[in-house]
Amino acid sequence: MTNPVTRAEYCVVACAEAWRGAGEVLASPMGTIPSIGARLARLTFSPDLLLTDGEALLVDADGAVEGWLPYRRHLTLVTGGRRHVMMGASQLDRYGNQNISCVGGHERPARQLLGVRGAPVNTLNNPTSYWIPRHSPRVFVERVDMVCGVGYDRVPAGARFHRLVRVVSDLGVFDFATPDRTMRLASLHPGVTVEQVLAATGFPLAAGADVPYTRTPDSEELRLIREVIDPGGAREREVRG
Amino acid sequence: MSADKILSLDEVAGRLRSGMTLGIGGWGSRRKPMALVRAVLRAGVADLTVVTCGGPDVGMLAASGRVRTLVAPFATLDSLPLEPRFREARERGALRFEELDEAMFLWGLHAAANRLPFLPVRAGLGSDVMRVGPGLRTVRSPYADGEEFVAVPALRMDVALVHMNRADRHGNAQYLGPDPYFDDLFCRAADTAYVSCERIVGTAELTRDAAPQTLLIPRQDVTGVIEAPGGAHFTSCVPDYGRDEEFQRMYATTDFGDFTARFLAADASGDGEEAYRRAVRAWKEDRT
Repeated sequence: MTNPVTRAEYCVVACAEAWRGAGEVLASPMGTIPSIGARLARLTFSPDLLLTDGEALLVDADGAVEGWLPYRRHLTLVTGGRRHVMMGASQLDRYGNQNISCVGGHERPARQLLGVRGAPVNTLNNPTSYWIPRHSPRVFVERVDMVCGVGYDRVPAGARFHRLVRVVSDLGVFDFATPDRTMRLASLHPGVTVEQVLAATGFPLAAGADVPYTRTPDSEELRLIREVIDPGGAREREVRG
Repeated sequence: MSADKILSLDEVAGRLRSGMTLGIGGWGSRRKPMALVRAVLRAGVADLTVVTCGGPDVGMLAASGRVRTLVAPFATLDSLPLEPRFREARERGALRFEELDEAMFLWGLHAAANRLPFLPVRAGLGSDVMRVGPGLRTVRSPYADGEEFVAVPALRMDVALVHMNRADRHGNAQYLGPDPYFDDLFCRAADTAYVSCERIVGTAELTRDAAPQTLLIPRQDVTGVIEAPGGAHFTSCVPDYGRDEEFQRMYATTDFGDFTARFLAADASGDGEEAYRRAVRAWKEDRT
């Protein structure tokens, strides 16, 4: 008898799907569940993905070193576009503008966060997705305080490589497949309602009449998640329930 | 025979002046030249412009009121995502933060190392990096594509401080870990560069057991070499040692005044770094 699929496991599969069909590109996951998702994709439907050890090495599915990727090479890879990053966000707006720098004014922020890091270069050069472990109106805001990752309403003219693929939260999956490229509820994780998502989102969110559920991991995917990739259950500490 | 460049930490600190632009190598809480940073703190210089991929170096210098402007893409302790001392300093308005994207930062160093005024990069446009960095300009491709780019200004520095695993007395410096970070670029982008290292060895010893491409920094880019065992503590300096996570956690949760009094104060011996090592040993003994 298999244990029921947890919310964290739906999130893992939803993150893994970001890299479906990506080909021989680097998966750059930030956060526990995106990392598990990237490895799941590599072990199943996207076997050509490249993965890092989180520092300077490229490793294959068994953890064997297959390449060297120090920060300066990683930044070159970003600008070459053969990469799909899944970043975090302290704030995210309806166009996909992302903030990890500070809350409040930049001269004297109410809360200083990490800094822009590579968000500007990522969003202008390679496909970008976001992972939000706790969906709330504090994260999904009307307007971000500092645009780090560039959203669809701010893409510079002539920027050919900007593409926001999906946003995965603990409540559902979101994309920008609307006429004005604003965020849309693409699927709900089982157990979540549309009303719940709308209440947790600080801007009007497009949601069709029949929002599908996020797909359920199959038995082999569950085995890989539970026994091979994350036997310690780190995913359940990032998203509970 | 090429010049002997061995200096002490305090000799380096004595060459610094308030108002200088200081580049610091390493990345986050990794291979930071912390012994040199501690020497800067003891030296009392202030009003610094600091250029770095920030870690606890930024936290300590900012908390001590030495930084006027930070030029950086981030400040982090890695295993602790946010740098708490930097955070406090920013939230009380103690310094200006010129935020650059990581790629902008890298190309700014390349520009400086190549004696170019700027380099174009496809990063920054559309983001608020352009809003908070009012000096940033753009440049248009002169070719058929006509694309607009950010013209990242050269990050030229008065002084660079980096920490390596090994060096010889002439300034040839070697990293033995997996990532060079931007340390060689910092040295080349600066008018003077000081390299601290875990151990100074004979030139021949550098490549006795290591490949020549580990020789990251050539002596022509180095002004002074300082032997500072444990000189990256509490950041990592693999393979010589990993990050001292316990000590880092304590740093992140202790009032900075108390931390300074216990670990960063010069003592009667006159050797501040030795005093630091003694204080760290005493702290560890207290915990066992």
